[in-house]
Amino acid sequence: MSYAPDDIRRKAKDGLAFIILPLKAMRTDYAFIGVTLIVACALIGVVPILNYLIAPQTPNKAKRETYECGMETVGDTWVQFRAQYYLFALIFVLFDVGGVLLFPFAVAYNSVNLWGVIVVSLFALTLLAALGYAIKKGALNWE
Amino acid sequence: MDIINNLVKDIGDGIAAAIIGLLGQGLAADIVIMAIAAIAVFAVASGGFAALTYAERKIVARIQDRVGPNQAGPFGVLQPIADAVKLFTKEDTTPASADFWVYQLAPIIVAVFATLTFTVVPFAPGVVGTNLNIGAFYIIAIGSASTIAILMAGWGSNNKYSLLGAFRTVAQLVGYEVPMLLNIIPVIMLTGSMSLVDIIERQTGVNGGWGVPFIVIMPLSALAFLISGIAETGRSPFDLLEAESEIVAGFHVEYSGMKFGLIMMGEYMNALGVAVMFSVLFLGGYGGPILPPYLWLVLKTFGVFLVLMWLRGTLPRVRIDQLLNMNWKFFVPLSVINLIMIMILGKVFVSDPALFKANGGILIQPFAQVIIFGASSLALLILALAVVTRRVRKDRLAEAEVLQQRREANQQIAAAMH
Repeated sequence: MSYAPDDIRRKAKDGLAFIILPLKAMRTDYAFIGVTLIVACALIGVVPILNYLIAPQTPNKAKRETYECGMETVGDTWVQFRAQYYLFALIFVLFDVGGVLLFPFAVAYNSVNLWGVIVVSLFALTLLAALGYAIKKGALNWE
Repeated sequence: MDIINNLVKDIGDGIAAAIIGLLGQGLAADIVIMAIAAIAVFAVASGGFAALTYAERKIVARIQDRVGPNQAGPFGVLQPIADAVKLFTKEDTTPASADFWVYQLAPIIVAVFATLTFTVVPFAPGVVGTNLNIGAFYIIAIGSASTIAILMAGWGSNNKYSLLGAFRTVAQLVGYEVPMLLNIIPVIMLTGSMSLVDIIERQTGVNGGWGVPFIVIMPLSALAFLISGIAETGRSPFDLLEAESEIVAGFHVEYSGMKFGLIMMGEYMNALGVAVMFSVLFLGGYGGPILPPYLWLVLKTFGVFLVLMWLRGTLPRVRIDQLLNMNWKFFVPLSVINLIMIMILGKVFVSDPALFKANGGILIQPFAQVIIFGASSLALLILALAVVTRRVRKDRLAEAEVLQQRREANQQIAAAMH
């Protein structure tokens, strides 16, 4: 069963079917993922509990200390991330969103002509220009 | 021959029919069938994990001129079971200062999301958990969830080594998702669908496909996808987030017992997921002559995993600046250029008469189209490699010169002190 845009448009004449049919398709398609999520959570979640029941439990203060090669920990661990990481994450978001925008185009590729492809190439080149700018500004240099 | 070819599908259909006979058609039967299928998916994933830990230790040992595990059972084949027993009986300590729930949940989340990858993989014709119409997109989305779990593990442990591992996760795993994403897009473009079954059929030539795996048509995309996939799963030589010689064990320093086992399981399943995805997207999945389809998928996946093991056995770990430069200054621009090239080539040279009628272009034979695509992709790859090697050599020479100057300065200081 497929609900390509053409299908939906054709069925839109039947009023609410426009919304309901894709939803029905989603229910049957994604139900398996939901069931797998539950089954996997149950099967995997039981593992640490089993481990807790089987293994000997003799905690003491030394065992529960933070393991840093025998040295006592100095200062707070939960410090602020460096701004460098933030820059990388920011550029990642730019490219991820740009990439996601290309997915619908990729599916509709066969129904686009050369002009449409050139327009999308311009979009991709804009992304590339943004990357070039970031590199030139030194945002992607690791120090 | 048909019996062997359809073995998995027939078993599945048989079980489904038996359950419908028992419970009658309805929601209850549907849920039970789905639960059994989910358990089967989990069994495939964790069975693959167990087999691959043994295979990897044995093969990497051979590469490095060692023997590998050989005590448990003949040739050490029972090693995974011995490992499981050992991990189950090992005391599981939680550091007093850890963020309790974040720390406890991280390994479970890694393993669960790694399992979820396998729900959309087509194992044989008609044997697929669910044939999502956005399968390829779903894989990317689920794959990035493990990044969050690793970040949780690193942050929740309240350990400085773990935190360093988590920091590196942010930079590395997040960055390598981009080339992965950009190299799946050409595959989707040439298929016209994100469904993994459609992608395989396009490569096996069932519904008017080329009958040629995409690796021949787009070698550059395949290579970039594989390398960024290895980096995305944090395997050696890109295992910076758990570099044992630098930050002890990175994000899983504080984990012991079966929680450590679950993190390992998640990592192996993710690597296996990349191998499966590579065989589905670029090697034609279950398509192949003579042998039954599910065996082809297993063979291809193992072949890809063998390459992963080979890389792990031979290459030293890369430095983090090299890793990030390779991603942002090489793979990402190259992937975008490759994408644009394939987009335009696909519109200029058309092999499908119906598409030719609709959009124009130059009508050619399918095999000529394959050759044009493959040759231009290969040419782009060689060009990019040539440019990069020249650039890298220049950088290295400059670096060597700086070192030489520093050495001379030091010698002068030493001479002055005498």
